[in-house]
Amino acid sequence: MTPKTEASVEMSANAPSTHSQRWTGAKLEPGIALRDLRPAKRRVWRNRRNAILIGLATVLVLIPVGMILTYIAVKGFQYMNLEFLTHSQPFSMRKVGGGFLNGLIGTALMVGIAAAVSVPLGVLGAVYLVEYGKKNWLAMLIRFFADVMTGVPSIFVGLFVYTALVVHYGFGALMGAAALAIIMMPIVVRSTEEMLKLVPVELKDASYALGAPKWKTVTKVIIPSALPGISTGVMLAIARAAGETAPLILTALGSLQLTAKLWNSPISALPLAILEGARNPFGAGQGRAWAGALELIIIVLVLTVVARVISSRSRLTR
Amino acid sequence: MLTPGRRDSGSLRVMTSTTSSLSGDAPLLNGPRDVPQPRVWRRKGVGRWADPLFATLAALCGVLVLLVLAYMVISTTTTALPVFKSQGISFVTSSTWDPSNGQFGALAFIYGTIMTSLIALIIGLPLSLGVALFVTDYCPKRLRGPLTYAVDLLAAVPSVVYGLWGVFVLLPLFLQPVSDFLAKYLGFLPFFKGPASGLSYFGAGIILAIMITPIITALAREIISTVPTADRQAAYALGATRWEMIRAAVLPRSRAGIVGAAMLGLGRALGETIAVALLVGSVAKVDASMLHPGYSMAAVIANTFSEATGEHIQALVGIGVVLFVMTIIINMAARAIVWRFNRT
Repeated sequence: MTPKTEASVEMSANAPSTHSQRWTGAKLEPGIALRDLRPAKRRVWRNRRNAILIGLATVLVLIPVGMILTYIAVKGFQYMNLEFLTHSQPFSMRKVGGGFLNGLIGTALMVGIAAAVSVPLGVLGAVYLVEYGKKNWLAMLIRFFADVMTGVPSIFVGLFVYTALVVHYGFGALMGAAALAIIMMPIVVRSTEEMLKLVPVELKDASYALGAPKWKTVTKVIIPSALPGISTGVMLAIARAAGETAPLILTALGSLQLTAKLWNSPISALPLAILEGARNPFGAGQGRAWAGALELIIIVLVLTVVARVISSRSRLTR
Repeated sequence: MLTPGRRDSGSLRVMTSTTSSLSGDAPLLNGPRDVPQPRVWRRKGVGRWADPLFATLAALCGVLVLLVLAYMVISTTTTALPVFKSQGISFVTSSTWDPSNGQFGALAFIYGTIMTSLIALIIGLPLSLGVALFVTDYCPKRLRGPLTYAVDLLAAVPSVVYGLWGVFVLLPLFLQPVSDFLAKYLGFLPFFKGPASGLSYFGAGIILAIMITPIITALAREIISTVPTADRQAAYALGATRWEMIRAAVLPRSRAGIVGAAMLGLGRALGETIAVALLVGSVAKVDASMLHPGYSMAAVIANTFSEATGEHIQALVGIGVVLFVMTIIINMAARAIVWRFNRT
């Protein structure tokens, strides 16, 4: 390096850094070409270092993805069999055999009821936001608090259902379903709203021009044309509800028995059964927990993937 | 058949407002009598009520969100009120949690929740940003889809599965050795004081970091991809390296959104229950060392609710209310920040 470049390095270190200097790493002076400056090396080095760091971060995040999926698959299939899918839990965690049929039925029952309640309500709420409320204060308020509600801890929803329903009617499938419905509803409202917004105005205008009243336009034109998008949101909400554990501890409680009673009888769910298995010290129970985790993750992933496929096929989002 | 003198509604209001004074037999004011008027414009019988009914129903469903949220706050707060009254401010300032003697100080749980969530954010945020930048600016186009997909898979994994994996795989394979290592070589710092326990604030923080990374990544990726290509190209045209382009064009543009994403991730970490309950160690104590076992608000509710009775239940509901207030503040602040920066 020539003494001249050394001097300029010195200068760039001491001089108050201007904006251009920060980004080029050099003080631009007449007579000195940029490539002669030592800071250029530093710029290249910093660029490489950060590229490596960013790549490293990605690898670090991908490791748990790979590990979780492989462990669930390997350990899950090790304990998964036909008996697991068709039998309920034995009464002791030490006992080998049996399965999570009670949990599967409970999850299906509760998620089913929750979806049956929250999906129509949520879709209608979204219709209000897009077609009636639009930008008025009530609609803005609902939008804001629906967003807030998606951030409410699920255990708090469980506490609410406990204080409002369980203390009066006892633990049961209906209480669990109520908690899941409250968790699902804001998700359905917000995702459906996004989809309804995408319905072209021409389509609505055409319907009105044919003399259709608004309710008919909504039910026969707007909702059907947004249906793929809506069902994507619904499936993601169902996937989320199926994996929820915390609110069910306070509302469904969990049970070893196979039951389809809706209230006043604790009921199991897949996540609850997995949690019990994860907490107990015996290998048999832990094995069932792994198989249950595999079962649950397959359900959730299938729902998620189907939701993606539907949304990518949809005319509106493409 | 025209219905005399009745107002129609909904989309027909424009029409009816000009003809509302009509009675059935009177000539139309707007045109010659012999022009046939479309009959659908004025509905008869029950159908007349369909539109206003539908509008009301939709509005009610929208308002239901507000009502449920309000009822949630009222119901839980009134349940917890006796405990708030009897404990006063010591409910959040005392760390003595002794249900059998009627002493309920939730400070240890609040501390644990904040501690684990901050550990999660400190680890998760840089990783998420790294992944988001890698996906948008570094990786070849072919990798972009699969990578996004893989990270989104993490978001779909239920919390109880994280807990199971955390206890049986992450704990022996990673948490215990790393904690021992930290305690051995950094043990002179109060944060890393030994003896190290795998089930600790640190363990819960790590599993939380893994859980919130996909959430922050997804949001950050979306925000970063909205930076205009022209801005990136302008930076390159000035001779910037790729990293300088990111520093000069991408990060300033997306700072607000990233802060918002981080806070939403933090809100998620605060409320996360099962994975933390399994990994935090369940010791109700305010402890500076993150390698020691602790507790969190959501975890104590999930772990002890089934054994609780009477006042103890009320106290747990009270913890829930405090947790709710914390997450709501974080969530609202996140949205406010995003909103403010988006305008400037």
